[in-house]
Amino acid sequence: MSRSTFTLDDLKRILLEGSGAPEGDGLDGDVLDTEFTDIGYDSLALLETSSRIEREYGIELDESVVGEATTPRAFIAAVTGHLTVAAA
Amino acid sequence: MTASSVVVTGLGVVSPNGLGTQGHWSASRVGKSAIGPLTRFDATPYPAKLAGEISGFAAEEHLPSRLMPQTDQVTRLSLVAADWALADAGVNPAELPAFDMGVITASSAGGFEFSQNELKSLWSKGGEYVSAYQSFAWFYAVNTGQISIRNGMKGPSGVVVTDQAGGLDAVAQARRQIRKGTSLVVAGAVDALLCSWGWVGLGTSGRLSTEEEPSRAYLPFDDRAAGHVPGEGGALLILESADSAHARGAEVYGEIAGYAATFDGREPGLRKAVELALADAGLAASDVDVVFADGAAEPELDRIEAEALVEVFGERGVPVTAPKTMTGRLYAGGAALDLATAFLAMEEGLIPPTVHTEPAERYGLDLVVSQPRAADVRTALVLARGHGGFNSAMVVRS
Repeated sequence: MSRSTFTLDDLKRILLEGSGAPEGDGLDGDVLDTEFTDIGYDSLALLETSSRIEREYGIELDESVVGEATTPRAFIAAVTGHLTVAAA
Repeated sequence: MTASSVVVTGLGVVSPNGLGTQGHWSASRVGKSAIGPLTRFDATPYPAKLAGEISGFAAEEHLPSRLMPQTDQVTRLSLVAADWALADAGVNPAELPAFDMGVITASSAGGFEFSQNELKSLWSKGGEYVSAYQSFAWFYAVNTGQISIRNGMKGPSGVVVTDQAGGLDAVAQARRQIRKGTSLVVAGAVDALLCSWGWVGLGTSGRLSTEEEPSRAYLPFDDRAAGHVPGEGGALLILESADSAHARGAEVYGEIAGYAATFDGREPGLRKAVELALADAGLAASDVDVVFADGAAEPELDRIEAEALVEVFGERGVPVTAPKTMTGRLYAGGAALDLATAFLAMEEGLIPPTVHTEPAERYGLDLVVSQPRAADVRTALVLARGHGGFNSAMVVRS
């Protein structure tokens, strides 16, 4: 299954499915620029998330995405970059 | 009890006979058995069909959502048992220095059902479908790790893997750490293997009862003994130095007074473990009020255990019981649960029974059968044996 857009809602959905809901405010509100660790997700949660995105979108993310994209905005940008490459 | 004693101030019980200390004790004290047909998966094709299952455990009612995708049943049970033990001890870990608290558990197999599901994904769908959390969710040390993270406990921690002797060995290791200066250790064991892959693994021991009638399936020290019934669960205990328990005005169940572990060699090592544990406690055999037996329900192993007890205590020299006949054998969790049950027996002055067994005369044991026995229990000896030659003995005092 390959799709062409990846939004904050997609990221939230996949985080919740794969790693559960964080305690406190978690994913509520404007979290685009909040560090994942502050939202309540560690690197393993992001690894699980990237693995699910790869399956769902039929793409292969660079391993560096998990380490370098520390906020939702950066993560979405990285995934979107791969979608663009895949579509080209 | 001296100031340097190591004492138990909290119990967290997850048993087929009840969730929580009270549930478990109210059923066990009257000899109610939780053994029944396996319901967790279809056991029809397997030789063994009975188990001691925990029922009514809804992990999501006790644990945050973030922990659910990354934990096996055994870890969920362990986390909840730890929460209950801490609450029972009146301890809020957030108020204590992180490096003064440790976690030491035993595990016989780690998170089996989680692994089973991920292996299914691996072989049916491919590696990209295996959860990232498989990296630790299967692991023997996972219960210790998750309890440590959840409660912010960064002191000496670890896992002991000595099959069914582990429940005692973990508590003994916790005692060592407390003697070296750690204030508080969460210690004990929970095991949970009631999935089809776990069942196949357990079956390789050749020690599972294939009897289908629960009242005839697990009969230690009985001429009809032909293996055991597996169960799931165990107990976690809060251990502290008597000094620190006293300083914070904690209620104390009792003391971990003595311990020894031996390994079978040319001769079985169980008797030696009993003798060394008594010596470690500075007690004589006549000081022991009850023995919680390993109760393997294998004729040869029953003979070895009965001989050890008769040699140390004399023929019918001490009341012996095996409450695990009500829950099935909980592997590493079994002896930890026996420790908790021993403290509850002391508290009430009542020895819970060994159910369904008709003890063979030749063993020479005073087995507490059918009915509980009122007794002034101040000192209890708990025995545990692990597959491959592990023997452990622990003496607890009120």
